[in-house]
Amino acid sequence: MIKRIAAAIVGIGVAGGVGFLAYAWYPAIAPVAPPPPSSFSAAQIERGRVLAAGGYCAECHTRTDGKRGVELAGDYKMDTPFGAIFSSNITPDPETGIGHWSEAAFRRAMRKGISRDGTQLFPAFPFDHFTHMTDQDIDDVYAFLMTREPVHSVKRDNTVGFPFNIRLEQAGWKLLFLHEGPLKNDPSHDAEWNRGAYLAEGLSHCSACHTPRNLMGAEKASAPYDGAPVDNWIAPPLNEHNPTPVVWTEDEYFKYLRFGSAPLHGSAAGPMSPVVHGGLSEMPESDVHAIAHYLADIDHASTRVSQDPKAIAWAMQASMKDLVGPQVNPNAKLYAGACAACHANAGPQPVEGRPDLALNNALWLDEPTNLFQVILRGIGTTEGISTVSMPSFYHSFSDADLARLAAYLRATRTTLPPWTDLEKKAAEVRKTLPAPPVASSH
Amino acid sequence: MTTFRLNGREVTVDVPGDTPLLWVIRDEVGLTGTKFGCGIGMCGACTIHIGGRATRSCVTPISAAEGADITTIEGIDPEGNHPVQQVWREIQVPQCGYCQSGQIMQAISLLKDYPSPTDEEIDAVMAGSLCRCMTYIRIREAIKKAAATARGDASNG
Repeated sequence: MIKRIAAAIVGIGVAGGVGFLAYAWYPAIAPVAPPPPSSFSAAQIERGRVLAAGGYCAECHTRTDGKRGVELAGDYKMDTPFGAIFSSNITPDPETGIGHWSEAAFRRAMRKGISRDGTQLFPAFPFDHFTHMTDQDIDDVYAFLMTREPVHSVKRDNTVGFPFNIRLEQAGWKLLFLHEGPLKNDPSHDAEWNRGAYLAEGLSHCSACHTPRNLMGAEKASAPYDGAPVDNWIAPPLNEHNPTPVVWTEDEYFKYLRFGSAPLHGSAAGPMSPVVHGGLSEMPESDVHAIAHYLADIDHASTRVSQDPKAIAWAMQASMKDLVGPQVNPNAKLYAGACAACHANAGPQPVEGRPDLALNNALWLDEPTNLFQVILRGIGTTEGISTVSMPSFYHSFSDADLARLAAYLRATRTTLPPWTDLEKKAAEVRKTLPAPPVASSH
Repeated sequence: MTTFRLNGREVTVDVPGDTPLLWVIRDEVGLTGTKFGCGIGMCGACTIHIGGRATRSCVTPISAAEGADITTIEGIDPEGNHPVQQVWREIQVPQCGYCQSGQIMQAISLLKDYPSPTDEEIDAVMAGSLCRCMTYIRIREAIKKAAATARGDASNG
């Protein structure tokens, strides 16, 4: 009896295993001769260029550590909890890029996360989002990529360790987390909302950074847009858990995503900067409006916006705190000396170009990471508001100074509980940045 | 290579990206009206305008100025007769003068944001611009006079 049960269990196991292998196995798609650029129309290539910008292809397919690589030639180092993954060369080089990929092979990669040769791709490549794109959009991106200059470039080897380096496991991951196919139209919403959903959930893959991931590296379905750490920054929550005092309305989202700065929230810095300046700024304005429209629905802006005037009034009062009259508080003096010239605001609204810290995202998040990043790095003219810049205070403040400044601002410019372990956290952020030279008299 | 506009003229420099903008302005381009004070963005002597906004050039790396429109004290008026410079002379604001180009650049920026600034607004915005000669009282007076002049010009125009 026991033998028969055991045999049955083994039998089921084998059948399941065979079934899984059948599910997980994909054939190679035959290599093709690189299609000549003339096989694509100029209009299609242009559509593909805009889509490739809106999907930030170049952000993760261009090496940035060490000597900067050629755009789209891959070898970008992505640190994951499983090890470093280096992105592939997506220029049409036949040997090292995707020159031999047919349109069908490219579609399969975008939809199912399968390489041309049939191997499973890691979900560091966000095919779980690109799968939602239309065939037409995927083909347009293909046309754009296949008409780039081929670059011979071999990527470094991934450092993903056993057992996560077994690519077959990715098939199981997909069984659990991949919802394949174009996004379905939601008839309960208007066309603009649906366009925004298509872009945000598919091409522009917002939640890839703004949704926390589970132990298997997949976005947590239970916490969509709850915010998550990414590249030593925090991608803030995009839902109603976003802690800023003023709501992210459609208008604020649009200004931020289009021009790099939301007057009542702050600037797009760090990893968000290329999303705006290399990405969404290339897209039609109506598309950016659609994304803003969709995101403002995700955070239920319309039901919360009535509290905004009160929040702005409070912030404007907080903005001038400790800046008038003789000052004895040494932490306030740090702020008055280094920050207030650009950030202090009087009057009923912040002046354009004077980002008010009492309204700023970085000050209201659960952790001081983004505040420290911005103070230490500054913001260049290719980031944030593209005509202005913020200096780097890397050498101005010790970690202890940063801790004092952050604690002071959190206490006087927000209504939230204090941050903890500030000096340690300042040191941790500083460690991730290269030190600029000391400006000295000579 | 970094390219930007300096006082209306296109400038390209080939220096490491982390070189402070102040060094480029003084040593590479040779405009020495902008001064080195503390070197850590805490005194205001090196203040210039980037995109029309007062910015401490000693802690701004040149890489952060790519494509920027930069104005220094030499660029606000070809004859040194910017309205703020005129009141500065009338009131005889400077004593030693070292910090004054930074003070003037910060004051111009202040007046753009707050055309009729109160004492509180002047104190809040100018607090980061230090003067060891203690010309603060005259700086405040000059800023108010410049604001009044601008208002007068507007009503006469």
